[in-house]
Formats: sequence, C-alpha cells, structure tokens
Amino acid sequence: MFANRRLIYKFFASFYYEIVTMAKTDIIIHDKKDNVGVIVIEKVAKGQDCSCWIMENDSSSKVKSEAEIPLGHKIALKDLEEGDTIIKYGHDIGKVVKSIKKGDHVHVHNVKTKKW
Amino acid sequence: MQIPKSFLGFKRENGRAGTRNHVIILPVDDISNACAEAVANNIKGTIALPHSYGRLQFGADLELHFRTMIGTGRNPNVAAVIVIGIEPKWTKRIVDAISKTGKPVEGFSIEGVGDIDTIAKVSKKAQEFSIWASEKQREECPLSDLWISVKCGESDTTSGLASNPTVGNLMDKLEPLGVHLCFGETSELTGAETVCAKRGKTKEAQDKFMKTWSSYNDFILKEATNDLSESQPTAGNIAGGLTTIEEKAFGNFQKIGSRKFIDVLEPAEEPTKGKGLYFMDTSSAAAECVTLQAAGGFNIHLFPTGQGNIIGNPIEPVIKLTANPLTAKTMSEHIDVDVSKILSREMNLDQAGNELIKSTIKVANGRLTCAEALGHKEFVMTKLYRSA
Repeated sequence: MFANRRLIYKFFASFYYEIVTMAKTDIIIHDKKDNVGVIVIEKVAKGQDCSCWIMENDSSSKVKSEAEIPLGHKIALKDLEEGDTIIKYGHDIGKVVKSIKKGDHVHVHNVKTKKW
Repeated sequence: MQIPKSFLGFKRENGRAGTRNHVIILPVDDISNACAEAVANNIKGTIALPHSYGRLQFGADLELHFRTMIGTGRNPNVAAVIVIGIEPKWTKRIVDAISKTGKPVEGFSIEGVGDIDTIAKVSKKAQEFSIWASEKQREECPLSDLWISVKCGESDTTSGLASNPTVGNLMDKLEPLGVHLCFGETSELTGAETVCAKRGKTKEAQDKFMKTWSSYNDFILKEATNDLSESQPTAGNIAGGLTTIEEKAFGNFQKIGSRKFIDVLEPAEEPTKGKGLYFMDTSSAAAECVTLQAAGGFNIHLFPTGQGNIIGNPIEPVIKLTANPLTAKTMSEHIDVDVSKILSREMNLDQAGNELIKSTIKVANGRLTCAEALGHKEFVMTKLYRSA
C-alpha cells in the first residue's frame, strides 16, 4: 500500500514538473509575415516579457508589452506608422490610422478597415 | 483516430436520413401562427414554427419565402408536416412540393372556417402524424448521410485562432468520406473575398462566388448611411479583440479548412451536385443563416463562437464550440465542445478536430445539444425587400 502511494506520488510529481517547465505561450501569431499577435492568456501586464508562438512554422519569439492587453486582443510586433498595413493570417486586415509602437495594443483606436 | 463509418439516423422515404424526427406545424404566413401554435400546444410530439412573414411578398423575395418553407418541410430531420395558411393556394403549393419527398404532409387553410374549427381539424391530423412518427426507429446510416452546415457567431480572435480551424479540421477529415458540407455568410467574407473565390473548384464556381459577393457588397454599400464599422464587426466582436471586417473574414474563412467548394447556392437552395462543400449566399445573422441552411437540407450544424452566441434551430441541431476559455467557463450551459486548450497548447488541431467529430456523431445519434436542452428554436426567415 505504502509503495503504491509512493509510485502514485512520483507519477504526479513528474507530471507537475512537465507542466511548470513547459514554455508558456502568452501570444499566438498566425503567420511569420504578421506584424501583430493575439494575447491568449487572461491579460498581459504593461512591461511584461511575453513568449510568442508562430503557428505557421512552429517557431518562438519574444516581445515586451507596452500596455495592459486583454485576452483575444492584438499586440504590435514592430513599430508602425500611419498608413501602414496590418498583416494577420499573412493577409491585409486594415490600415494604421495612428502610429503604433512595438508592444502597443492594436485595436479600433489605431486601426481601421480599408473596406468601409 | 478511426472515424466511425456510420451513425444512427431516421431513414426517410426519399433516401435521405435525419438526425431528428420532428413533426412540424408550419404556418405559411404571420397570421396563421396562432393556429399553428394552438395545435402544437394540443398535440405532444409536434412543434410549431411561427415566423413574421408570408403576406404580400412578391418576386425574388416571395420565391425565397416559398423555398424556405418548402425546404424546411423537406428536411430529413422532419418526419411529417402540417401546413396551415390563411388561403388555400399558397398552402397547396408548399404541400405539393414537400410531398415529393414521400413523407406525410397535409395542408389546411383558415379562411371561411375560422381558427377554432381549423385547430380542431388540424389537431386530429397532427395527433395521427405524431403517433405515426413515434414508431420510427433509428437505424444505421452511412456517415455520408450527414449534411453538415457551419456558421460562426459572436466571433472573437479565438474563433480565427482555434474554434474555426477545428471545424476546418473536421471538414478536411469528413469531406473525403462523402458528406455534404455548407458554409455561408456572404458579408462576413468581405476582405477575404478574392482568397475565398480561389477556393472554387471550377472557374464557374469561382465566378459565381465573386458575382454573389459583389452583388451583396453593392447592396450593403448602397444602403449604408454611415460607416459600417459598428455593425461589422459587431460590438461583441470588438470586445473580443476583432478590429476590422477583414480580420473577421480571414478568421471566418478558417472554417472550411483546405477544402474547395463545388457550387454556389441561392439562399435556402438544396444542393444537387453531389457530395462535397457548397457555399450558400446567406446573411451573416446567425438565426437567418442557420434557417436557410436547414431549408437547404442540412441535418446537423456546427457553430463556433468566441464571445458566446446562444442560437439554436427548431429542426437542425446546433453544436456549439468555443476556444475562448472565459466563455467556456462563464457560459458553459451553451457550449457543447470546449477547445480552449488549443490556446494553451495542451491540445492540437488534430485532437480538437477528433473531439468535434465524436461530438457530431453523438448528436447525430440523438444526444441533445445544449441549445436543444435550453429550448432554443430560432426560426427566422430572410426577407429581401419590402412587401407590396
């Protein structure tokens, strides 16, 4: 009985170790051409060093957040000027209407559609 | 995963199979709703499908009304149909078209009789249909008898990242097994329209798609009195992090995986070119879109949501999935399949697609969806323009 318990404990301990040491992803990027990524944790804090996962080629990168950004919202991966194009999924998803610094929150306050 | 080759469905007279066994009371027009609802209240095992239209419509709008009524009655999830209209002529037109499937269908008109006697007469017929349908048993049907429609709603960035690609993964795995598939949402492909058009299997399908999209877009731009940025994306989409219609469109488009569509269907049109993926010209409003797809003959629906759309349909079971961990937690009674572990990379798309296939087959076999258990029965007709 005692031996069994120890085995069970060892099993869970190794499992726990795997979880805590696995690289945690804060941001997912669809395509390597993208200049924005999506926050996939509840939120990132201002100044947080975030780990990014690029789905297309299964690679990793880092970006420092310049604002608090909630789950599902986008972060700039580079400095962007007014008139620049936002690329996500490797495609044009709109234009920059107010300059954006790398690590800033990207949303309706600084990006507009090109369609209507 | 070994994909099951069959499911337990209801075999219909015309060779199709249903995932449900409804007896419906279908009002032709708005003023026949009261009568239809009274009958459904009298006779257990029947459902009324009240709606707001059916009077003084004309041209393409009237044709769409008939196509939706007839298609709903023809859907294999429906065992038998009662049609009630104010006048006999339009009622008969719908009855005759549904009867071509070989299923029991009977029409009644109220004019010259009144509600009370009509309700009594119809209730007797409805009771007969209900008892008859209750004897139907589920039988083994090939997986290719599944006609799967898809539409997403209250989308956010998690839809484009994970729940829509999960549906795409299911499509990539099930299309080779001979199922029919359908996506729609013409306006929500705006921004991705040229990329989507290239997914047409033939030049003809590609041109038909661009023609359909352009005419919808021209209509939207003509009717727009101001910037559409607040309708598309919606406030819910924006709260979820979606910024532009283009971003929404590329996320939406993930639902078809790497498939190509073989034809473009009119709203509520039944596909005739055999197995494979179809695009249907539909509104992007959830209930309107699913109502049109059900009228096109689709018998099970997959609905990815981000912020938590709660839609259901009276005849086509709607399976909801989300990749948003907050939605999965706060709105769990609406979510059939939780794929939020994709975001934390504890689950990959292949595993998520397999989970969705398992749930789809369970629901096809008769398991209630969350929306069915909660009583969601949104039946919403698409109206093209004002009545005469």
